[in-house]
Amino acid sequence: MTEAGLTMLNRTADSVARSTPEPLARKVRGISDKGLAWLFISPTILLLLAINIFPLFWAIYLSFTNYRANRPGEVVKNLGLANYRRILGDQDIWIAMQTTAHFVFWTILLQTVIGFTLAWLIDRKFRGHAFWTTIILVPMMLSPAVVGNFWRFLYEPQIGLFAYVVSFFTGIAPTNVQMLSNVELAPWAIVIVDTWMWTPYVMLICLAGLRSIPEYIYEAAEVDRASNWRQFWSITLPMALPFIMLAVLFRGIENFKMFDMVNLLTGGGPGSTTEVASITLKRQAFESWRTGYSSAFAIILFVAVFGLANIYVKALNKVKQR
Amino acid sequence: MKSTLKLALGLASAVTASTAVSSAAHAEDLTLCWAAWDPANALVELSKDFTKETGIGMKFEFVPWTNYADRFLNELNSHGKLCDLIIGDSQWIGGAAENGHYVKLNEFFDKEKISMDDFVPATVVGYSEWPKNTPNYWALPAMGDVVGWTYRKDWFSRPELQKEFKEKYGWDLAPPTTFDQLKQIAEFFQKRQIDGKTVYGASIYTERGSEGITMGAMDVLYSYGFQYENPKKAYEMEGFVNSEKSVKGLEFYKALYDCCTPPGASNSYMGEGVDAFKSGQVAMHMNFAFTWPGLQKDENVGGDKIGYFVNPKGPDGDQFAQLGGQGISVVSYSDKQEAALKYIKWFANKDVQAKWWSLGGYSCLNAVVKDTKFPSSQPYAQAFLDSMAVVKDFWAEPSYAPLLQASQKRFHDYVVAGQGSAKDALDGLVKDWTQVFQDDGKM
Repeated sequence: MTEAGLTMLNRTADSVARSTPEPLARKVRGISDKGLAWLFISPTILLLLAINIFPLFWAIYLSFTNYRANRPGEVVKNLGLANYRRILGDQDIWIAMQTTAHFVFWTILLQTVIGFTLAWLIDRKFRGHAFWTTIILVPMMLSPAVVGNFWRFLYEPQIGLFAYVVSFFTGIAPTNVQMLSNVELAPWAIVIVDTWMWTPYVMLICLAGLRSIPEYIYEAAEVDRASNWRQFWSITLPMALPFIMLAVLFRGIENFKMFDMVNLLTGGGPGSTTEVASITLKRQAFESWRTGYSSAFAIILFVAVFGLANIYVKALNKVKQR
Repeated sequence: MKSTLKLALGLASAVTASTAVSSAAHAEDLTLCWAAWDPANALVELSKDFTKETGIGMKFEFVPWTNYADRFLNELNSHGKLCDLIIGDSQWIGGAAENGHYVKLNEFFDKEKISMDDFVPATVVGYSEWPKNTPNYWALPAMGDVVGWTYRKDWFSRPELQKEFKEKYGWDLAPPTTFDQLKQIAEFFQKRQIDGKTVYGASIYTERGSEGITMGAMDVLYSYGFQYENPKKAYEMEGFVNSEKSVKGLEFYKALYDCCTPPGASNSYMGEGVDAFKSGQVAMHMNFAFTWPGLQKDENVGGDKIGYFVNPKGPDGDQFAQLGGQGISVVSYSDKQEAALKYIKWFANKDVQAKWWSLGGYSCLNAVVKDTKFPSSQPYAQAFLDSMAVVKDFWAEPSYAPLLQASQKRFHDYVVAGQGSAKDALDGLVKDWTQVFQDDGKM
């Protein structure tokens, strides 16, 4: 390299060095880049520790004790695994878990089937599809408190619209359509409302999945003279499956924790027919004030959701990698 | 610039000074916590006299019944200073006394010559004492209340209905004195057309979330022979809670729910009961006596159209009624205990108690309720007096909450959801309550 070339290269290197920002840390004496990074993220970490991590560990600690929040002065005894043993041996808790599983299963099944069907229909881009999409999304935008009260009135056997609609189609007297007081019907009353409210959410995710399928794949299928049905089974469904599974994951976790809707509609009744795990947990923690016991129950629920979600995510990843 | 600064400073000083003056003026303001209901409004009216007399302002923190226990028990448990005075539920006395939430009032009562002998005995035991039946006082009886019944006097007095009833049951259609009679009347009215409208037999408590169905079922169970424990051995419940008589009582309550309540009344408590009666849906209505003044004044169902009766007798002639009501206590975490005690002293005064009754509150002072004019002072006064003479209360143990939750679940599972038998429900209740007392180290 000539001297002129070398000078040119040095100039360029100097210019690049000048344009590259000097690490901020050098300006702050005594703090390395890594230290500065920690300084910036520490407030978030502290908040996370205070709001999420500390309560979790505190709850784990309480779950081994007889602590009761309404008796702060009482001596706290270590019970070992007694709370866990009591919960796992409590028939009522198992019934609540079964009830929860019933809701999770039926709400997910209905929401997935209806949500995907709606997304598939909306994806056809028919005339006015944007308007109908907006209309379908309305229930999801309402607050659960509004939805719960709104449906409670709809289900009212003497003045509710639901009873009259059922009566119109079946001939059963409206006063006999007691959705919230009938042991057989009350669980379905909640499934109907949750499905009405959250199907649009599943639809949105499915719609995103359907819109992500490249058009050329369908064009290639057309060239191969694949029927619409074949295209659906071989292209649409497999390619949208990761999105459907994602929607199922989100709704599954949410519905496992379902509280507000059940609380507003039935309060767990009639009897304990609709008493899902979260309602039982609330009763034990904030009505019976068994803080240690309810902490153990919360930990069990947390482990159950966390474990199931992890297994499911692994399955989801496998589907995505196919 | 200078003048602007001066102006700003002047304004700021003025605002600060006015705030300070305002704070000084309200330094002695007391906050009274209670449920949001008609008697609370009467108390607001009554308390104006206290402010006039003492210069101490009164602020009120009223919470709907559905959140009342949660809200104020949280406040007490967290040693909050929101409430200087609290009108707490009768069941809270045990927990509030043992956990130090309330100021013990014995010395204050002695000093101010306030005697508990001057109050209706049942209310002293129910609202003030802990341990029960010992002279340890934590509250002044404030609002006497008891479960009783209202009925549609105008329907009962219709000649055609009287005739039909007499032919069917062989006795005159009148307020029932036994539960069998009550059920017959309820059946008679169930799904009957009156003035072109379908009406129903009775509104009873079936609420699951707080305490509703327990208050209703106990109303019947007591008169059927239910006892909380062996009178000779504390906390021995087997054979008492689930005695044959108790089973019969619970079966009766379910039968009454099944045969004679309005459609969809599976979660009904005080508010829903009042709505059912006011809207002309039911012939009879179970509710706490505090609802009576409001119903009496109602344009559609009050006045001459309404009547009142005491909770009827059971098959063996026993007659009890579920105690409601509350005492007023000074919160031990309050910084204004002296002023709060002044309020208690003022409230215990006979004239104040008389005015309390006239405004719609239920006085527990003997001088008021034993006055010869009292029974005729209101159409419901006699029924109130008779009901207060036969009261029983739910466990007032410090662990009353889990005890209550257990009965709520067992009763609702059987009465409303129809799961299992009455015996199963009461056996389960013995099991649950035993567990609670074992956790407390009492068994």
